[in-house]
Amino acid sequence: MTLTEIYLMGGKLIGFFGLVVTLAALLTLAERKVSAWIQQRYGPNRVGPWGLLQPLADGVKFIFKEEVVPAGANQVLFRLAPAMTAGPALLAVAVVPFTFPVVLDGKSYAMSIADVPIAVLVILALGSLQVYGVLFGGWASNNKYSLLGGLRSSAQMVSYELALVLSVLAVVTLTGTLNLTEVFYKDGAVQPWNLLRFPVGTIAFGVFLIAAFAETNRHPFDLAEAETELVGGFHTEYSSMKFALFFIGEYAAMVTMSCLLAILFLGGPTLFGLLAGIEDTWLRALLGFVVFMAKAGFFMFLFIWVRWTIPRFRWDQLMHMGWKVLLPISLLNVALAGVQVVLGTGNGGA
Amino acid sequence: MLQVKRVGKRLRLLEKLGIPEIVKGLGFTFKSMFRRKVTRQYPEEKYVAPTAAKGMPLLVQDPDGTPRCVACSMCEVVCPPKAITIKGTETERDIEREPEEFSIDMLRCILCGLCEEVCPKEAIVMSDRLELAQFSREDLVFHMDRLMTPVDQLRKRIDFTKEKFDKWHSRSS
Repeated sequence: MTLTEIYLMGGKLIGFFGLVVTLAALLTLAERKVSAWIQQRYGPNRVGPWGLLQPLADGVKFIFKEEVVPAGANQVLFRLAPAMTAGPALLAVAVVPFTFPVVLDGKSYAMSIADVPIAVLVILALGSLQVYGVLFGGWASNNKYSLLGGLRSSAQMVSYELALVLSVLAVVTLTGTLNLTEVFYKDGAVQPWNLLRFPVGTIAFGVFLIAAFAETNRHPFDLAEAETELVGGFHTEYSSMKFALFFIGEYAAMVTMSCLLAILFLGGPTLFGLLAGIEDTWLRALLGFVVFMAKAGFFMFLFIWVRWTIPRFRWDQLMHMGWKVLLPISLLNVALAGVQVVLGTGNGGA
Repeated sequence: MLQVKRVGKRLRLLEKLGIPEIVKGLGFTFKSMFRRKVTRQYPEEKYVAPTAAKGMPLLVQDPDGTPRCVACSMCEVVCPPKAITIKGTETERDIEREPEEFSIDMLRCILCGLCEEVCPKEAIVMSDRLELAQFSREDLVFHMDRLMTPVDQLRKRIDFTKEKFDKWHSRSS
């Protein structure tokens, strides 16, 4: 490893990790702002200009709050659960390419912290690890509401993960790669948006979007923390920074999901092939980053927007939708993807 | 055989999935984001209380700078939580008596408005002052110097009470 490579690695590590953590913090503000706007309120606007320092103030508040551990709680699991939620969510960021690869000294470097050939699998695996944090939190709290929340969350994640993975499988069949950079930029050529690869890409997008909401425990699938039924669900008994960690995990998962959606279906940093022609790879990477953030930002907004529009699903409706609607559709879609690739309209595969 | 009549049109697949309704709902919430905000930005935008609101009771000060109060102690007697303390004294003015000391303990006051209702001289009225917080207990006991308010500022409320309570002197004056 040369010195340049080490510098590049360090830059990517600090830059992208800091970016996602900042985004997760800003998302908490955005959530409150957007919800306020939709309800014709102003939202937080006291701390800093436009309320921008609100996440910071919240963080300071969380640190100074008393940590309460319930008497009957499982001491080890109770303390482990928040880390189990936030850890995988932040870890998944490592394989997300934020822009086009950069050419340095004649060598191409992918703009993700870790350029692994099975990036898609890594994200899905880490995403499913998150359920353990929620489950542990629910179990260790020694509270029936928490347990119900954890229980629901695990059942929900298991059900929707199938649809999620199968829809990704269809996309992988189309693009013929598990590397996230190659999904939008392969062999020096920009790949078409998978969303526009009708019908397989479009169906996969629909299924993935719905499953992503369930996977991140967001409305309308936030049964794990249904306030009206379960007080706060799995995080009822949590306070202080442990509580905040659950939220960092949730919002980091949202950021990762938005990035994944943008890469898998909206072509990541590509802009109808306009940016690929730029000679200077650094400039191209910078512009690509802006485009990518706009696309991912749209999905982050969508997550919040949907939350304040669609009411929560009932438990049996959720299961019905997961097993009887999304699963058959995505299974058919995988078969269809094979047909599309063989017919050549998918222009994927080796 | 039972005949079932279908009311309305058969739902299409899209409608069964609820997608048109979801899109409609999303459109509505998006539009709502740009509607006029209804929040009052409180410390900057003060709430203007209607005349009927019963805020902190204040003493009416006539244009010549003297209190209207004749220290008859009717408000002191009627006050349910005993928030009012009056010490009367004789005066050279026509009204013969005036308060030497008049204090309202806002820690006790329940803003019932009985003092205003009972006052024969319209000398004590409920104002529109609703922000009653202070930093010390001492500050919450209001004495004459802080209770006396020029009659012009309280005119609206005085007229309102005349109409509301139909006081015996309201018909003559």
